[in-house]
Amino acid sequence: MKPFTFERAASPAEAAAAAARTPGSKFIAGGTNLLDLMKLQIETPAHLIDVNGLGLDAIDLIPEGGLRIGALVRNTDLAADERVRRDYGVLSRALLSGASGQLRNKATTAGNLLQRTRCPYFYDTAQPCNKRQPGSGCSALGGFSRQHAVMGVSDACIATHPSDMAVAMRVLDAKVETVRPDGNKRSVPIAEFHTLPGDTPQVENTLAPGELITAVTLPPPVGGTQIYRKVRDRASYAFALVSVAAIVQRDGSGRVALGGVAHKPWRVEAAEAELPNGPKAAAEKLLAGARTTPDNAYKIPLVERTLGAVLAKARG
Amino acid sequence: MKFDTPAEPNAIDQLKVVGQPLDRIDGPMKTTGRAPYAYERHDVAPNQAYGYVVGSTIAKGKITSMDIARAQAAPGVLAVVTAQNAGPLGKGDMNTATLLGGPEIEHYHQAVALVVAETFEQARDAAQAIRIDYAPADGAYDLAASRDKAAKPEKLTGGPPDTAVGDFDGAFAASEVRLDETYTTPDEAHAMMEPHASIAAWNGDELMVWTSNQMIAWARKDIAKTLKLAPEKVRVSSPFIGGGFGGKLFVRADAVLAALGARAAKRPVKVALTRPLMFNNTPHRPATIQRIRIGASREGRITAIGHESWSGDLEDGKPDGAVSQTRMLYAGENRMTTTRLAVLDLPEANAMRAPGEATGMMALEIAMDEMAEKLRLDPVEFRIRNDTQVVPDDPGRASGSDPQGKAPSAGGDSNQRRAFSQRKLVECLRLGADKFGWSSRNPQPASTRQDGLLIGHGVAAAFRNNQVVKSGARVRLDARGAIQVDTDMTDIGTGSYTIIAQTAAEMMGVPIGRVTVRLGDSSFPVSAGSGGQFGGNCSTAGVYAACVKLREEIGRKLGFNAADLVFADGEVRSGGRSVPLAEAARDGELVAEDTIEFGAIAKKYQQSTFGAHFVEVGVDPFTAEIRVRRMLAVCASGRILNPKTARSQVIGAMTMGVGAALMEDLVVDKRAGFFVNHDLAGYEVPVHADIPHQDVIFLDETDPVSSPMKAKGVAELGICGVAAAVANAVYNATGVRVRDYPVTLDKLIEKLPSAA
Repeated sequence: MKPFTFERAASPAEAAAAAARTPGSKFIAGGTNLLDLMKLQIETPAHLIDVNGLGLDAIDLIPEGGLRIGALVRNTDLAADERVRRDYGVLSRALLSGASGQLRNKATTAGNLLQRTRCPYFYDTAQPCNKRQPGSGCSALGGFSRQHAVMGVSDACIATHPSDMAVAMRVLDAKVETVRPDGNKRSVPIAEFHTLPGDTPQVENTLAPGELITAVTLPPPVGGTQIYRKVRDRASYAFALVSVAAIVQRDGSGRVALGGVAHKPWRVEAAEAELPNGPKAAAEKLLAGARTTPDNAYKIPLVERTLGAVLAKARG
Repeated sequence: MKFDTPAEPNAIDQLKVVGQPLDRIDGPMKTTGRAPYAYERHDVAPNQAYGYVVGSTIAKGKITSMDIARAQAAPGVLAVVTAQNAGPLGKGDMNTATLLGGPEIEHYHQAVALVVAETFEQARDAAQAIRIDYAPADGAYDLAASRDKAAKPEKLTGGPPDTAVGDFDGAFAASEVRLDETYTTPDEAHAMMEPHASIAAWNGDELMVWTSNQMIAWARKDIAKTLKLAPEKVRVSSPFIGGGFGGKLFVRADAVLAALGARAAKRPVKVALTRPLMFNNTPHRPATIQRIRIGASREGRITAIGHESWSGDLEDGKPDGAVSQTRMLYAGENRMTTTRLAVLDLPEANAMRAPGEATGMMALEIAMDEMAEKLRLDPVEFRIRNDTQVVPDDPGRASGSDPQGKAPSAGGDSNQRRAFSQRKLVECLRLGADKFGWSSRNPQPASTRQDGLLIGHGVAAAFRNNQVVKSGARVRLDARGAIQVDTDMTDIGTGSYTIIAQTAAEMMGVPIGRVTVRLGDSSFPVSAGSGGQFGGNCSTAGVYAACVKLREEIGRKLGFNAADLVFADGEVRSGGRSVPLAEAARDGELVAEDTIEFGAIAKKYQQSTFGAHFVEVGVDPFTAEIRVRRMLAVCASGRILNPKTARSQVIGAMTMGVGAALMEDLVVDKRAGFFVNHDLAGYEVPVHADIPHQDVIFLDETDPVSSPMKAKGVAELGICGVAAAVANAVYNATGVRVRDYPVTLDKLIEKLPSAA
């Protein structure tokens, strides 16, 4: 861990301004990922801005329908919220399938969206990694890649985004509200929030420097049967090999997003028209253009079969 | 005390304290955080500084330059130790690679420097400022690719590298039913909770090391050898150990570097290995490739059995003993085994819980399941049909005191066919089948569905040899009538404190609360230590021997002439006379010390432990996720000294077996030569949600050949066979036979029956 300076911000706009003012600064909330990365010197911020005191920890009803989830709402609280459990079950289930009770107590909504990949080469600072050190190469290509992405990959990076929550947010069409250092606010559809690696895998989202997430909003409830199915080698405390977030309506129509397959939650709206035709048809569209390694080729049949499990469950 | 003839009835047989399911006496200390583990021994030496280990980032080659100036100048830094400035160092007898590398690098994350600073954070930060240039060399990292270059190993545990009985090739070729399959097991990590950690302090030329180590006498010797000190100048203390599984049998970099750091910084230094460093810095269980051939008559009698195993290690290392149980477990007139060792430049391979049998049984017990299916025999019945009461291929006595196998094995007559001291494999299988409800298992694979899952049942035998190692203890009676036991035996979470206290209480006729036990200090008599499942039986036998001596002294002191003294209820009794025990220590405490040594009897019989594992799994018909639903182990391990702590050992071993079956896999990067998943997020072991109800049954057995305690090891028996039972259950559930561990869903998914 590099020595760093530290301040507590008093308002979201001030936090963003402070971040723009101090080069090499990072926001810290739960710290469940950032602190680990700092200890290993994968993240080396010169300055930390503590955003825990900003009062962004409420879950409010939006008058026109939907929920506004403060950026600092802890994963545990979000998963347990009565409105979330009733109207956005897929989100609650996704949250509870992630990490451990202790981590969920600390981890925040915004922090969850911003967590970094768990690629083991990203974590080993002695190994080349384009995400950690742009231009150094990708060790996972040709290396151990059983957990890695099969969709939207590039020659520079095949890492996945590890979040479960974000996959549910994607299927729910959430929006990410932010404030910029100049005080301007915007609302970004989650589909446009995370990015694919391309040749800049160190860039993981569309936040501008200093831009701070203040909330995530959910549109009015869409009903349906909401399922989050996470597939992993052990029953708890493991990242998804593949996960499926699904909302299936009585008529067989629905939405589906995948975790564990890409650098972002993976959703192909065009594939959803195929859902009434069964998992094979939908998976084919979802996974069109897949690029696998010998280690992770199993994810292709696994997605189809997991989708099959989800659709079977939705049918009851 | 020399143990040379089978144990007669003795005071232990009273079973007033021994054999009772007592709570562990160190439990309250552990649950209230008062048990002193190595890294938290803040009180033992003032002014402790922090050391941080720097590991090599290449697997093989040379350091060409090392710039430590920035680290030395960093805030709080007291010293930077490297091979260049550490002075001449030796290498411990038990180490294959050196513990402080440079300029030569032998494996990834081999320690190359220690930074000592006022705080841990300062040491870590400065460590990251060290710049090292390497000249990497080509290495061999792929066991399969090196298989053909593997050679006959010079040192190994459990017998010679080649054994042959009868005419294997002829008999196999002529067999009516044949199996010839190859199985692989991956490299595995001990992944114990407490990392390797030490605090070192010098007093002149005398060194004190507070550490976490299973074998105190070996530690003292190897620390002395590495630092070129006389062993008398070194004292080692390790009273509490947060798990070892063989990973702490040997001195590691934390102890040596703490000592070097303390010397350089001129004050006590503490060092813990960080979790990401442990997987490549410390030893691991090596991967194996195992070819098994079994030939049998149509009636299911084995006529030929062959087991060949390949593993790898650094130059001058040793192989995994995966074939050893195959010489003893099943009958068959024609047999062969071979063990071959490839030189690999991966981190050092070494002992992990049940080294040899753990991997060997993973392969052999799938092979037996496959063979039973070919024969259309129930797998329990097939095993029973091939039971043997004599050792069918006797490798001679392994060097029992040397689970490391550094000394060449004794070899011996290959065919003297000794009897087992006890062998109740058949009873374990029958009782287990009955209790588990085996008869209701569907022998047809992939045809049982329940709760939306594919259900399968699997069985495997359990087998692990029982080693006997000499073990000493000192016992003391004070004027209050209390007993104190001192021995350098260790408690690695196993319950040593408790069974030793039970033994002394039984022998001296006092309640267990009147016994205090002190362990893990090199100033105490040398014990067997914790390894090879020999610690429980041997260390208590050493305490028994010392107590026999103390009883004699007490008798003399109190003026008893008779040999038939009874020690009970805090009194000594004979011929109607009864004297409080404390009387004997009225003029000062009485102290007795003795060591149990095992004589020819240990060679006359083959001592092994037996068991049977039964497992039910559920496999998701869509995703192929495998979850264990219930488990049963039946163990025949001689007298169980404490059914509660023994059960904990066995369910822990069963859990570890589930890990080996379903997830544990140190993945080798074959380009750079290291284990990629080197933290506990990447190296998965079972969590609570993976482990269902576990039952353990101990056969009511005593083995008078093993020791005066009539006990044997059980903690390693518990893992042997578990993984195969799980794999066999997965086959029964899905019809997919996986021969490459771990059995993960990606190996099933393409072959699963249709989900719907």
